[in-house]
Formats: sequence, C-alpha cells, structure tokens
Amino acid sequence: MTDDHQLRVGKIRNGTVIDHVTGGQALTVLAILDIDGSGGEEISVGMNVPSDRIGRKDILKIEGRELSQEEVDVLSLVAPDATINIVREYDVAEKHRVERPEEVVGVLSCPNANCITTEREPVESRFAVLADGVRCAYCGTLIREAFADRIEVE
Amino acid sequence: MRHDHVLTAKQFSRADIETILDRAGDFDGPTGDTRHTDSLLGLLFFEPSTRTKMSFETAIKRLGGDTIDMGSVDSSSVTKGESLADTVRVIEGYADAIVLRHPKQGAAKMASEFVDVPVVNAGDGAGHHPTQTLLDLYTIRENAGLDDLTIGIMGDLKYGRTVHSLAQALTNFETTQHFVSPESLALPPEVRYDLDEAGAAVAEHTELEGVLPDLDVLYVTRIQRERFPDENEYRAVASEYGIDLRTLEDATDDLSIMHPLPRVDEIDPAIDETPHATYFEQAHNGVPVRMALLDSLL
Repeated sequence: MTDDHQLRVGKIRNGTVIDHVTGGQALTVLAILDIDGSGGEEISVGMNVPSDRIGRKDILKIEGRELSQEEVDVLSLVAPDATINIVREYDVAEKHRVERPEEVVGVLSCPNANCITTEREPVESRFAVLADGVRCAYCGTLIREAFADRIEVE
Repeated sequence: MRHDHVLTAKQFSRADIETILDRAGDFDGPTGDTRHTDSLLGLLFFEPSTRTKMSFETAIKRLGGDTIDMGSVDSSSVTKGESLADTVRVIEGYADAIVLRHPKQGAAKMASEFVDVPVVNAGDGAGHHPTQTLLDLYTIRENAGLDDLTIGIMGDLKYGRTVHSLAQALTNFETTQHFVSPESLALPPEVRYDLDEAGAAVAEHTELEGVLPDLDVLYVTRIQRERFPDENEYRAVASEYGIDLRTLEDATDDLSIMHPLPRVDEIDPAIDETPHATYFEQAHNGVPVRMALLDSLL
C-alpha cells in the first residue's frame, strides 16, 4: 500500500522522503525545514493518506535536499512517527526513524523575551524535550504547541 | 554538601536544605570567624538591591573575606555593550565566587557555563531567587517547622521570583501550598508544572478569605505597580491583596507573616508590633544563611 501512495506523488532522484508524518502536519514540517517554495525547491506533498501504522499520514518528497541531524531532531517534536529516507539516484540510500532527543540545541528560539538566550550573548538556545512539549533550559519557559513558529534552523 | 553553582531552588534536595539550615544555625550571631580570610566575593548586581547585596557583603565579611563590586550598571563596562558572558569571564579572574543579579531569566545559568568559580543566582528577572528561599525556609523552620505545614503565598505570583523558588523548595517537605493572587498574576505555567511533577499539594485562589484560618504561614509579596498600565487598576488590586489587623481576626494565634521586603502597602505597619510579624527576622536571617552557603561553596 505504501508503495502505491509513494507512486501517487512521484519518485525523486536525489533528496529526502519524509514518511509517516502525523496526518495534517506536512505544512508544519515544511515550515520547520523553512521551505515555502520561494527557493524553487521541487516538493511533493501527500496529506491524510491511509497508513496501516498510524491511520492517516502525510508524506513529503523533497528533491535535492538531505536533512541535517538538527532538522531531524526538531522534526521529531511534531512528527514522532516519521521515517526519513535519503534517496540517491532513485534508491533509498539511508533509512532512519526519528527519535525524540533529550534536548534540542540551537534549533528553537525561546518565546520569552526576557530570557537570556534572546540577548546578544554567545549562547545557543537549549530546550529539554518533555513528553508533551519542550522547555527552555535557561528560563524554564514551556512550549507545548506552535513549534514551527520557534524554529531557527538555518 | 557542595554545589559548584547555586542557580535554582530546584537543585536542592531535602538533605541539602537541612544541611544548610543546620549550618546557618551555627552562624546565627556574632562569630568572629576567619575561615575565609583569603576569599573574595564578586558582586555583580545588574539591578538595584539592598537586602540581598548587603547580606552577601555582611556574610562574606563575617567569614573573614571581602568583596569586589562592579558598582552600578551605569558606571560599568555594560554601558559599552559588553556581554554578560565576557563580564563574568573577567571577574572569575578576580573573585573566588560570583554573586549575580540580572534582569534576564536564565542569566545565572548562562554565566555558570562560562566560568569555573561558583556562580550564585541572586535573582534573575522573574525567574528564581534560591538564596532568598533558603533564608525563607530557615525562618519558616524556626517559627512553624517545615513538615505538616500549611502555607499561603499571596501577591504577585506571576513575576515574583521569590515565590517561584520557595514553591519549588517546599515540595521537599510535607506541605500544602495555597496560592492567592489576582487571576492576571497567578503562578506561571512553568512553576505549576514543577509543582505538579513533584506531586505537591497545591490550591490556587483569588481571595485570602476562607483560606486564612488554615494557615501556619502567610507569605506576602508586593504587587508591582509597574505591571499595571492603569494606576487605578493597580490601586484596586493592591488594596485587595493587602492585610491589616482586621484581616488577621480570622487567623490563628500562631500565624507567621512573612514578606521578602521591600513592602509598600501590602502589610499595614500596625501588624509590625504583633507576634505575627516575622519579616524583619526573616531579613536578618539572610546573613547566617548566606554565611552557611558561602562556607559550603568557598
């Protein structure tokens, strides 16, 4: 079944296929990756397609882009069941399942304007990953939703 | 006990707290102590402070040591745009420990990552004030004990860093915490999260009435005028969360009233002469408690 759905949105030559994204979260994933189409990227998106494993899933195929570990880490916050397939010359060269890290560093910006990490200091943002969100290691602020608004991955 | 840095009250276990409080008892009174004659404490106060700063100065001097002080922010290199990270890296070359007060939350934690000398958080914005909590606990223990305690904490719970630290530290003991505030100044979700994680017995209220008769301790904090865009709105709230002799008609004879000071209108001076008033004793306890803490760090 999965192959059929992947065919529906076309194969890619080189890049990343992000599969088993929680249904409806594909646009958030694109936001995390800072992809809005303005850069001319070739992207295929399937949303709310049937999945044996998670019921309904989204799937993204991104031509010419391999995800960094930082990006995969933060992806886990909104798509904990996602699998990452790195495709090279039409073949799956690497396959990873995202794992929730204990913390994400330098990825999210703290929403607390009074947090020291929002100042001009030589320090990266650092968030502990909780069961239901993330927490700033410096000021303690909790973020439970709208992660995409806080992403600062280059 | 040894902590390389003192950043939040959450880092203290019950045993840590009891060790410090026991040791503070030994320092309560004139000591003539000279055990830290060679120690220099770097005082970096990026916000005004009277009690905290002077009690740290007194504490280190009573241990035989001395202070270096960057003075006011206006006369420091901060005005030239120096980062806090650079400032503390310079001061660690001069001082054996750094006491830092800063308007930004997380400032002490960040500072601790750049230096090898102990950093003591003396208040970071609306975040934490762990040494205030130690002297609060010392005072509470002297007056009411720390277990089987029902404590009311009233005022600005949202921005009150002393409240955040005290609430977290009290989870180490058998206490029930009643938080009383206007809805707009209720506990921040982060603090409530920690209390829930710790399984603390907690209740939140908008009125003191009804809770007061159950309390062993009432910890009052200042509602800060600058939080309110409208002076009348501030006045209405401030008067509602102040206490006077009439308020105390419903209190037990043993109720201990505390306040981190400075107070403005929230405690009627008439209460000062009653056995309930504990706030000046509380302020005095800053010295032995900070002596005990510095002795463990230096």
